Amino acid sequence: MQVPILKQGPYLIATVQSALTDDDLKQLRDTLVDQISQVRARGVIVDVTALDVIDSFATRTLRDVAHMIRLRGAETVIVGIQPEVAFSMVKLGLTLEGVATSLDLEEGLRYLQRSSKGKVQEHEGRPHR
Amino acid sequence: MKGALIADELRVSIDSDSDIVSARQKGRELAAQCGFPSTELAVVATAISELARNIVRYAVRGEIVLRLIDNHGGKRGVEVIAADDGPGIPDLTLAMQDGYSTSGSLGLGLPGVRRLMDEFDIVSEFGKGTTVTVRKWKR
Repeated sequence: MQVPILKQGPYLIATVQSALTDDDLKQLRDTLVDQISQVRARGVIVDVTALDVIDSFATRTLRDVAHMIRLRGAETVIVGIQPEVAFSMVKLGLTLEGVATSLDLEEGLRYLQRSSKGKVQEHEGRPHR
Repeated sequence: MKGALIADELRVSIDSDSDIVSARQKGRELAAQCGFPSTELAVVATAISELARNIVRYAVRGEIVLRLIDNHGGKRGVEVIAADDGPGIPDLTLAMQDGYSTSGSLGLGLPGVRRLMDEFDIVSEFGKGTTVTVRKWKR
């Protein structure tokens, strides 16, 4: 099951449509890390609204995606983690520490817009708040 | 664990990572049939996912048995048995510790599954295999 990736302005949006196997997750990670340079994206949104389970492997892979993308100079935000999924993750002991999350796609886009504005300001020598 | 009556049973053989997805989907369906609320469905599905992944990672192949159970007193629930004849776990105490892993994973599998479910039982014989049995009761 491939995850479609759309380009919207300076952002890449990957929308997970159904349950992903470990291989699907690894493929998503590799494709995103590769594609940000091709389209010169400044941010990536991974929409996981459709996932009914985020287990230890999925958590680790999402975390890897965010860290790899950051090393490549862009930001990642994971959006749409469902309440029951969040509950199970916490019970299992999983966190997405160091990874930005937002309620939904709209909030995710807003987050990326704010964070790229912050970067421009840093560039101009003003403090980043 | 105390004995339970078995109402319904499903077996899923596990030997690739796509079987992990089908095992947790079948478990979720079975738990939904039992009337679990959606939060608990996600909990059961997540536990099955971790148990099935342990089979693929450490034993290569095995089986997940999913059952609807009854505690003789009208209480209903689901039971998940994850069994393999893989290498077994040399040190169960270590394996049940948060953060311990021999495979470079997060090491939250077994202790995490114990936190997710109501009952947890593990039998492992070095060189012979591992059987994990977990239960979730409907409240």
